Amino acid sequence: MIFVTTGTQAPFNRLVKAMDDIAGDLHGEEVIVQAFGVNFETKNIKVVGFLDPLEYTKIFDRSRLIVSHAGIGSILSALTKGKPIIVMPRNADLNEHRDNHQYDTTKNMSTLGYVPVAHDEVELREILTSMLSTLGKDSGGVIGDYASVSLIDSIRSFILKD
Amino acid sequence: MKVIAIASVGGHWVELQRLMPAFSGMELVFISTRASLASTVTGNKFYSIPDANRWNKFKLLVVLFEVFRIIYNEKPDVIISTGAAPGLMGLAVGKVLRIKTIWVDTIASASKLSLSGRIAKKFVDRIYTQWPNLAGENIIYAGNVLS
Repeated sequence: MIFVTTGTQAPFNRLVKAMDDIAGDLHGEEVIVQAFGVNFETKNIKVVGFLDPLEYTKIFDRSRLIVSHAGIGSILSALTKGKPIIVMPRNADLNEHRDNHQYDTTKNMSTLGYVPVAHDEVELREILTSMLSTLGKDSGGVIGDYASVSLIDSIRSFILKD
Repeated sequence: MKVIAIASVGGHWVELQRLMPAFSGMELVFISTRASLASTVTGNKFYSIPDANRWNKFKLLVVLFEVFRIIYNEKPDVIISTGAAPGLMGLAVGKVLRIKTIWVDTIASASKLSLSGRIAKKFVDRIYTQWPNLAGENIIYAGNVLS
């Protein structure tokens, strides 16, 4: 199963449409898409609205691949759980977000070697196809559950300071 | 020590959860924009407020009022936020009520501080960036939410 997340801020129909097209060629693999404001009839995917944390985790855990807008929540969840993830950033020029910070996120994440980035629908299909062909078992978590110790310590001591 | 931690649903909330060890042993009160998130912080008090962003000015006012009411009643020692607009409002209310305020700018903002972060910078007691290149006068880099 593939789980597609598009966040809670705004519709992202470009990604939903791309996944609907790609899903038609996946030989029946289930594709669940969390999205709202979908403005066309989907053929090959199941669309769900906002998921409560329990449902979200259940679907997330069952999936073998996550496809996501470049929301930091989805990226952190995938990295924590060791799920392979592909991100496609929203483009503010297409009114998909208020600004292009999702491009910055992806630039920096891919620099760090964490996350493959699809910049458009064509790249998404290419990366997804190649990732599915090489997917093995879960690779295990890439990051831990919490922030760096130095950040935690700094915040804590500032809270406790008189 | 009583801390109010406030963040919008989505990435901001996930980043806030990753700071949890910083608050161990303290009384924690959460504020977020989706009621169902209460299940992710069981054992702590949780308030749900309406979501608001710069796209809807009227709702921002509604949220501000709600955030003020909660903070005024809870009287925390510290307010911390990882974003976005509702968190910024929480810190602004904290400033007015002379409560210690902390802003942790999202890791998603790597080339400059987020818009909310740039506003927070003007008045909060402490502000963190998660990118060393953005550290500067009074903007602290001490690591990030990854580890």
